[in-house]
Amino acid sequence: MQGYIVRRLLLMVPTLLGVTLFVFLLTRFTPADVVDRLTGEVGYQDEALKAQIREELGLNQGVLTQYFKWLGGVLHLDLGESFISGRDIWDELKNRVPVSVELGALAMLFSILFGIPIGVISAIRQDTWLDYLLRGGSILLLAVPVFFLAISVLAVGAWWFDWAPPSRYTAPWEDLQNNLAIMATPAIILGLALSGAKIRLTRTQMLEVLRQDYIRTAWAKGLSERVVILRHALRNALIPVVTVIGLQIPVLVAGAVILENIFLLPGVGRYLVQSAASFDYPVVQGITLLIATVVVLSNLVVDLSYAALDPRVRY
Amino acid sequence: MATHVLEEALPAGALPFETRPWPVRAARGLLWFARRKPLGFLGLLIILTMLLFAAAAALDVPARYSQVRGGNIGFLYPYDHQVLRDRQQGVSLKHLMGTDNLGRDTFSRIVYGAKVSVFIGFSAVAISQALAAIVGTISGYYGGRFDVLFQRVVDIWQALPGLVALIFIVSVLGNNLVVITVAIGALGAAGASRIIRGAVISIKQNAYVEAARVVGATDLRILLFHILPNVFHLVIIGASIGIGGAILAESALAFLGFGLPPPYPSWGRMLNVAREFLTSNPMMAIWPGLALTVTVFAFNVFGDALRDVLDPRLRGSR
Repeated sequence: MQGYIVRRLLLMVPTLLGVTLFVFLLTRFTPADVVDRLTGEVGYQDEALKAQIREELGLNQGVLTQYFKWLGGVLHLDLGESFISGRDIWDELKNRVPVSVELGALAMLFSILFGIPIGVISAIRQDTWLDYLLRGGSILLLAVPVFFLAISVLAVGAWWFDWAPPSRYTAPWEDLQNNLAIMATPAIILGLALSGAKIRLTRTQMLEVLRQDYIRTAWAKGLSERVVILRHALRNALIPVVTVIGLQIPVLVAGAVILENIFLLPGVGRYLVQSAASFDYPVVQGITLLIATVVVLSNLVVDLSYAALDPRVRY
Repeated sequence: MATHVLEEALPAGALPFETRPWPVRAARGLLWFARRKPLGFLGLLIILTMLLFAAAAALDVPARYSQVRGGNIGFLYPYDHQVLRDRQQGVSLKHLMGTDNLGRDTFSRIVYGAKVSVFIGFSAVAISQALAAIVGTISGYYGGRFDVLFQRVVDIWQALPGLVALIFIVSVLGNNLVVITVAIGALGAAGASRIIRGAVISIKQNAYVEAARVVGATDLRILLFHILPNVFHLVIIGASIGIGGAILAESALAFLGFGLPPPYPSWGRMLNVAREFLTSNPMMAIWPGLALTVTVFAFNVFGDALRDVLDPRLRGSR
């Protein structure tokens, strides 16, 4: 097991190096010159100004030199400075990461607490009207885009209840109540969007497990329904569900980016969209790299938890 | 020529199955699909409607129709036809889904938006499945060091996080149709290539592959005539399941402001614009959102049904 972890961690190195190379080289293929975009209408003709900006940003060095300088910085958690504001990107991210992590964690927690029980109920009441209702709901959840779900909630709130989400963000350690009031709506919406796949998978896995011999044995022993379902069936049915939780991390990230922008949360996703809209490439590079690292790490955690949960899997 | 055993078993006067004209066979196949997979069939019907919308938009039918009717009558209009007097209208015979903040007919814009969604959905998936098939078959077939190298590249590819990478690529390379389509397609290929590679590794151990090699078939011939046909159902399944995701990706991009530039309508951007008018005209958001949901739903259920029918391991299961 330890050897496996070490091997996987080592394999992460070339993967992430590849991501840095991709992220870096892509910005060198801009159809329009970055400096032209930065100087805008005013400085478009001012060659001296452009040269000065180029010098300041280090854009007149060779591509490889620039890459290794940037990579060296990245290894020291120095992602460079924003083109637009000139602030240190890592410092900016440090304030924003907790917001996104809180949103993601609350949403994932909600989708687990909501999706798995519904999947179980759907399975143990197979082919009843309740099952059809829940299955229909889960298929709908898989099809509704998360931004439409959010907008519907806002529209219903505004139209019938004269309600709008609170907009003044505070950190949880400053004002927990206000923080949760702001986070609850986007977290539940994102959680619902993540539940569809969990409900369906939990249901099929439960149905498969419930047909196993050891479940019949458990029933035959006279165990109560609660013990058979929760202790004997659910524990075995959940193993693939854990994988789906890991596979959903990119979905979670995408949803968080969208919801932060709808609910005006000062998270990484909002920073990404704002920076990309103003062509602030160093910031976009840094965020893409950060999130790629999170995705790769979460894949590793999923594989390891798989081994921890399923005694048949040994690395 | 001796008659086939099965043909002899047919009742007198009945035509043997194979000699029925193809429309009859197609209709029978569809009926069988409808009976076995009603939800998937519903999806197919919705998809056909969307294709009809997209074709109408591609041929600019709404614009021509409104010209025939003399401009303002009827219910189809060009996508940029503004009547500022008729802003924020509700549902009526004149405007089937009302109008938006600039007095443009929402139904007509949904029809035009279908073209964007359908085009990007189908082409992105064609790109991703073609890439996945090439990478997957080559990597799986040749194996060894070559495979290890290829799979490390796929690792990097897969580490690029969907929407974030899309925003990055589009903000760098520009928000035009080609960049958006290719980016969505290329980002979707990594996962699909793993599935195809896995299938190829087991297929290449079959005796017929060895037999082909013994009679002197080249690698290219084996790949094209023995491996590819056997993974082709995976390509079709991957494509039908992937289209919904590709349409969602395009609309999310458009919703965040990185889609095709205005005034051409796309459902994602229609939703984005509608955000400002939630208190005065929520229906402006509901219609494009519904169009998107129904389309993605249709591709999801049709893809699922197709997988159940095509995947031999799932045949006969529910």
